[in-house]
Amino acid sequence: MRVAGFSIFVLAAGQLLAQHTYTPADIQEGGRLFRANCVLCHGPEGDQVPGIDLGHGRFRQTYSDSALVKIIQKGIPGTSMPPHNLQDFQAEIVIAYLRSIATSGRAVSGNGDIARGKTLFEGKGGCTQCHRVGMNGSRVGPDLSDIGALRRTVEIERSLLEPNEEVLPQNRYYRAVTKQGETITGRLLNIDTFTVQLLDSKERLVSLQRSNLRESGFLAESPMPSYRDKLTSQELADVVTYLSSLKGI
Amino acid sequence: MMRRLPLSLLLLAGSLAAQVTPDRLLNADKEPQNWLNYSGGFMSQRYSPLTQITPANIKNLELQWVFQARSLEKFEATPLVVDGIMYTVQAPNDVVALDPVTGRVFWTYSYAPSPLSRPCCGRVNRGVAIIGDTLFMGTIDAHIVAIDAKNGRPLWNTEVAKPEAGYAITHAPLVIKDKVIVGTAGGEFGIRGFIAAYDVRTGKEAWRFYTIPGPGEPGHETWSGDSWKTGGASVWMTGSYDPALNLTYWGIGNAGPDYNGDKRIGDNLYSSSVVALDADTGKLKWYYQFSPHDEFDYDAVQVPVLADITWQGQPRKVMLWANRNGFFYVLDRATGKFLLGKPFVEVNWADGFDEVGRPKRVPGKVPTPEGTVIFPGNQGGTNWYSPSFSPHTGLFYIPSWVNYSSVYIKAEQEFEEGQRFVGTSPRSSIGGLGGARVNTRKEDEGYGAVRAIDPMTGDRKWEFKMNDVTDAGVLTTASDLLFSGGREGYFYALDARNGELLWKAAVGGSVASGPMSYAVNGRQYVAISAGNSLFVYALKQ
Repeated sequence: MRVAGFSIFVLAAGQLLAQHTYTPADIQEGGRLFRANCVLCHGPEGDQVPGIDLGHGRFRQTYSDSALVKIIQKGIPGTSMPPHNLQDFQAEIVIAYLRSIATSGRAVSGNGDIARGKTLFEGKGGCTQCHRVGMNGSRVGPDLSDIGALRRTVEIERSLLEPNEEVLPQNRYYRAVTKQGETITGRLLNIDTFTVQLLDSKERLVSLQRSNLRESGFLAESPMPSYRDKLTSQELADVVTYLSSLKGI
Repeated sequence: MMRRLPLSLLLLAGSLAAQVTPDRLLNADKEPQNWLNYSGGFMSQRYSPLTQITPANIKNLELQWVFQARSLEKFEATPLVVDGIMYTVQAPNDVVALDPVTGRVFWTYSYAPSPLSRPCCGRVNRGVAIIGDTLFMGTIDAHIVAIDAKNGRPLWNTEVAKPEAGYAITHAPLVIKDKVIVGTAGGEFGIRGFIAAYDVRTGKEAWRFYTIPGPGEPGHETWSGDSWKTGGASVWMTGSYDPALNLTYWGIGNAGPDYNGDKRIGDNLYSSSVVALDADTGKLKWYYQFSPHDEFDYDAVQVPVLADITWQGQPRKVMLWANRNGFFYVLDRATGKFLLGKPFVEVNWADGFDEVGRPKRVPGKVPTPEGTVIFPGNQGGTNWYSPSFSPHTGLFYIPSWVNYSSVYIKAEQEFEEGQRFVGTSPRSSIGGLGGARVNTRKEDEGYGAVRAIDPMTGDRKWEFKMNDVTDAGVLTTASDLLFSGGREGYFYALDARNGELLWKAAVGGSVASGPMSYAVNGRQYVAISAGNSLFVYALKQ
């Protein structure tokens, strides 16, 4: 008879769809689908195609909600917009994600310098202790080689300032203590009733039998520190600009 | 148990010595080496009297063979085993006869469904039925096909309904006496569901029961306007049969459009109900509606499990039912009288029952344009996955989705034949039927479990928790073993008395079927379909 855990449901406002309630998981999944299917052409902000700004509902003509879903699914013949193999609800949560872009804004702290940002990333920031760009850095944290193609600048900045605000499911950290007393911490890759798979702090792929664990669970806090007091505002802008420039191979 | 049978049926039985006679189907428990229909017997308890494999020796259970289907569809079929031959279905509609000791194939019958077929949720099939030397399969283009069990040759093929209108058959048929009975899926396409019986020799329709009453029939008034014409109420799981009452029981799917009931004002009988039909005529004897005017996709398509128990000091013929709507029920199966209803998972849409068993709705817990959080969610507290009742432990075992909810959103939708007719889709933190290879969810986002319920009280006796949810059925045996699986790709055995894990095997694919057990030459086997393959286990020799 309980109804728990849904106080965080959001009612996202916007012009793209009639107002529906979407869970944070819906929007997160919509973002994942957007990054998997759309960012290559539309860019992480959804404004890479001239005349179109998906995040703010600006198209070359006015579309109804259902028409947008059909466009995502079937593409636009005669244009470079291809069809996508998405179910109705998947297309709808992509739109819900785009709507969340409109409400979260785009403003970042300032203009930065890519070269200075790279130096900070590899030096003072200590970012490569956990993150990897190209062939350099650790794999313990999320690989950032193409972060600029996948994530919006405002999201990158938020991750630096408020690292606990959004941790994608695939980036959650897990801690296990074996019955022999060994503590293993790492990024959770997979979990089932009997086993756990992690990438541990030494970049080892570790598979554990849960029957051999004394305790285990997700870390409440992200291991990522906040850089709010570690970098000046200019340094922060430099790092954000550098990360936003990373588009992968 | 032998009832007076028509002369034609006696001739059928007489001319087919050692074949599957109606009498053998009635007394399936007398030949535990075989598995003669979808749920292992007319009571549908998915309970095997075999005792060779026990809690003490199950550590010696080992894989005997694997049948890899040439199909990437979900493998949802439960095989039959009849006198040393296994019959199963490779999705969508290939019947395969196998040696149950080695897995070698005797023959394959490939049926090519119409390209117009459009099953809502996978091109799947859950198994065949048998009488005499004839197998029966429902097809995803809504035909029923009779096949010679000796050589796989088709004998007759009857169109049950039109696939282009969304009709399909995915469940294993049920043979009762000289009739083979099927129901029609397609509830997401605005069909008008029905159950129909066909002559096992000719394929000629013997009777038809519409799951939505037509004009002039009792219950028709529970549908406003013309909504009865497109109200769904599909049938996609195999029914049960009580020979003493001559009643066959079938679970009926949800009303359509699924998530918007504004244009189908009323209770919408017999959607989300169980119906008890005269097996000879198809006439309705009684019904019980679990979810009146359902708007949550709470199909009552669970297998009706029949049990003869002592209820409040008196022997009683009951029906045990864990419903997709989150409640566990005990009904009197002679009359349909409501005896008990109790949640077996979190429920927030109803908070009890009136004296005749009608659920008391919680105000405001309806789909809205803005969305409403409902427990259990769209896939239900359980779904089509077979539960099990063990007469030995007296417990009822339910594959359960725990702490699981969806946001239900209401939207307008106009009917167009053959197109989906649901009224938008609920959102859930747990994905649909496809399952995922990688899982990083937390327990508080919902999890799967096998829950053991005492039918006398509805109280939970134990729970076996899984990290991911489950689409797997449950088998129990007379040696107090319980077999099941889940999306994670394990097939496992529990102690049916306390839920203790006794044995497990990694089968490498989601288990979306019910286990079964059989014996050949005195050796007990356990079979499970998982991923795209069928796995068979026995004790090490």
